[in-house]
Amino acid sequence: MSALDRPVVKPRPVYLDLVRIRLPLPGIVSILHRISGAVLFLFGIPLLLCALAASLGSAASFAELKSAWSHPLAKLVLLGFAWAYLHHFCAGIRYLLLDLHQGIDLPAARRSSVIVLVVSLALTLLVGVRLW
Amino acid sequence: MVTRRQAVGAHYGLKDWLVQRVTAVVMALYTLLVLAILLVHGGLDHGTWLSLFANSAFRLATFVFMVALLYHAWIGVRDIYMDYIKPVGVRLALQAATVLLLVAYLGWTIQILWGFRA
Repeated sequence: MSALDRPVVKPRPVYLDLVRIRLPLPGIVSILHRISGAVLFLFGIPLLLCALAASLGSAASFAELKSAWSHPLAKLVLLGFAWAYLHHFCAGIRYLLLDLHQGIDLPAARRSSVIVLVVSLALTLLVGVRLW
Repeated sequence: MVTRRQAVGAHYGLKDWLVQRVTAVVMALYTLLVLAILLVHGGLDHGTWLSLFANSAFRLATFVFMVALLYHAWIGVRDIYMDYIKPVGVRLALQAATVLLLVAYLGWTIQILWGFRA
């Protein structure tokens, strides 16, 4: 059997145990990008359309919407969606920059991951301040 | 044993990759536009909100945003299914349900944007 016919087997450690997996920072940003995207699809889009319908309906439904999201629990949920949108937004911009070959070496990629996490949390905080 | 690789596939990967990025930029621009409008107006009352959506340019921009959002969601969700849902039947059912849901959302969007009384 020639060398070309042999399947390539590389001995690599595989840690699929969720408790043992230690994601690097870009990996954390990546999985949060996916989770936030899934949340926005599952709950964000229908809620957005509900809110748009209510806000453009009668003056009564507009007022109802306003009073509904002044409830503390609703504000907390809104804050969660704000974070999901902002993280997805910031991480998305990071990916666009990576596509343009900006900051693709490891130190720069790590740094931009931290920036994404910090900026999206800071902006979420700003939304929280505006909400309360 | 695999001895030879064949180049196969539907080749939709590159198109979807590009669409995902173009729709992202569209949504980002719309987000900044809405943010700017909110900052200029401060708190919005019902009347201002209605007059904003009475503007057909803004209504169209909102529609384009929603189309971008729904298309973006389709590609993202399909990628998630491809990564985690291995049984073909289950994956196909989920994909079909997702497409129908997103098309329904699009219908709802049109209904909202062109159905309200200013």
